[in-house]
Amino acid sequence: MKYNVIDGLKYTKQHEYARQEGNVAVVGLTDYAQDKLGEIVFVELPDVGAAVEAGKSAAVIESVKAVADLYAPVDGTVTEVNETLLDQPEVINQDPYGEGWVFKVEIKDESQLGELMDKPAYEDFIIKEEEEE
Amino acid sequence: MSGAKKTPFYEKHVALNGKIIDYNGWFLPVQFPQGLVEEVHDTRKRATIFDVSHMGEIIVEGKDAEAYLQKILTNDVSRLKDNAIMYSPVCYPDGGVVDDILIYRINGNKYFLVVNAANTDKDYEWFKENQAGEVDLKNLSPQYAQIALQGPESEAILQQLTEVDLSQIKFYRFQADVAVAGVNCLVSRTGYTGENGFEVYCENEGAVALWDAVWEEGQKKELRPAGLGARDVLRLEASLPLYGHELSKDITPLQAGLQRFVALDKSAAFIGQEALKKQEQEGLPKKLYGLEMLERGVPRDNYPVKSGEREIGWISSGSYSPTLDKFIAMAFLEPGIAEQDQEVTVEIRKRFYRAKTTKLPFYRREK
Repeated sequence: MKYNVIDGLKYTKQHEYARQEGNVAVVGLTDYAQDKLGEIVFVELPDVGAAVEAGKSAAVIESVKAVADLYAPVDGTVTEVNETLLDQPEVINQDPYGEGWVFKVEIKDESQLGELMDKPAYEDFIIKEEEEE
Repeated sequence: MSGAKKTPFYEKHVALNGKIIDYNGWFLPVQFPQGLVEEVHDTRKRATIFDVSHMGEIIVEGKDAEAYLQKILTNDVSRLKDNAIMYSPVCYPDGGVVDDILIYRINGNKYFLVVNAANTDKDYEWFKENQAGEVDLKNLSPQYAQIALQGPESEAILQQLTEVDLSQIKFYRFQADVAVAGVNCLVSRTGYTGENGFEVYCENEGAVALWDAVWEEGQKKELRPAGLGARDVLRLEASLPLYGHELSKDITPLQAGLQRFVALDKSAAFIGQEALKKQEQEGLPKKLYGLEMLERGVPRDNYPVKSGEREIGWISSGSYSPTLDKFIAMAFLEPGIAEQDQEVTVEIRKRFYRAKTTKLPFYRREK
């Protein structure tokens, strides 16, 4: 696989990941998504305390050529945002699963995480998406 | 996929892992693996090769060729010498723009026009419709391939492949029948990046041999491919207009700041002349400005621009500029605004970001 997909994370069809840490999910863009977008130059973060909804836009990521929504993988309340990205959005390209995380959300309903893809399923999903291109 | 056409270089783009898109009916690479930002830097620092075969080529030939071109072009083609090139808008009677094109004078009876891909068919129809006198028009677009070799190392690369002394082909000059690596080419010192460079035209048959020779020779100078994405950013940095953004059927060349290319008082009457004269006298409703963001935010096409609460215009092209490491835009604003250092705001997803006006072009190469 050309793209880094990490074991133990959950993945959405819009190419977000969620890493569960207790009752909080750390949310970001997958390696595949950052590669497709290209050089990221701007990030619009949600407000801490904002309620986000699974499948609804929670942040905006902009590369030189494109504007992309980042959708919340689960319902919940934003507990923290990665303010480093305001000045250094390129960190998402460099380290999408680490320093490039976007926001943390307090999980309302853990079963929503169960509905997301695991590593093998997400790998299959991006292989199919690449083939369709 | 769609019924888009492949240029002779399609397989080259695939082999170089270019990301191919359908651009106005042509399969072309939007970027290569090194990424748009690197492609921009490569062009400014060394050299890049672009496939611009989608551009249209139309030959105008006949004893009334000059008179005919005087009628359809806003610029004064009578000032053009053999082997010289002129840029000109083509206008509708109301002053709106059909296209902006390059005119290569082969001789007084024969001109080679280079038109925008998206407009080729429309232009050809328009030229036909307004055909006058003894003039023959030929649309050669499907038979011609074109490479743009852009950047400071362009000349050193191309010179290795031809006996013709390229230093004798000055800016906006060309030479036909130049053998480049044995392929018969038309070579012009032109481009759409703001760098020194060449555009090389040849018939489809020789295109791959030409590409291969330029590519191989170019590797000594670290020549890289560049795609449409970089091309758009490079032309924005150099503040060159793009049809559909800074020019359209609803925007006159005067609004786009192209007064230098509109010879309102040339000896021959031209289509759009009266409307443009009237606009010049009455004043422009909006005109083109440069903007630079004062806060991080990406200005994009059609975003509103405000002064206080008042909407004063819109963005026509905007992007992150890798060369300047700034967010820049061209915008159509009310003409009363100062050209430099006037603060305005750009509305991005209902939020307002500070910007200031700045003189165009954003980038000018050092000579």
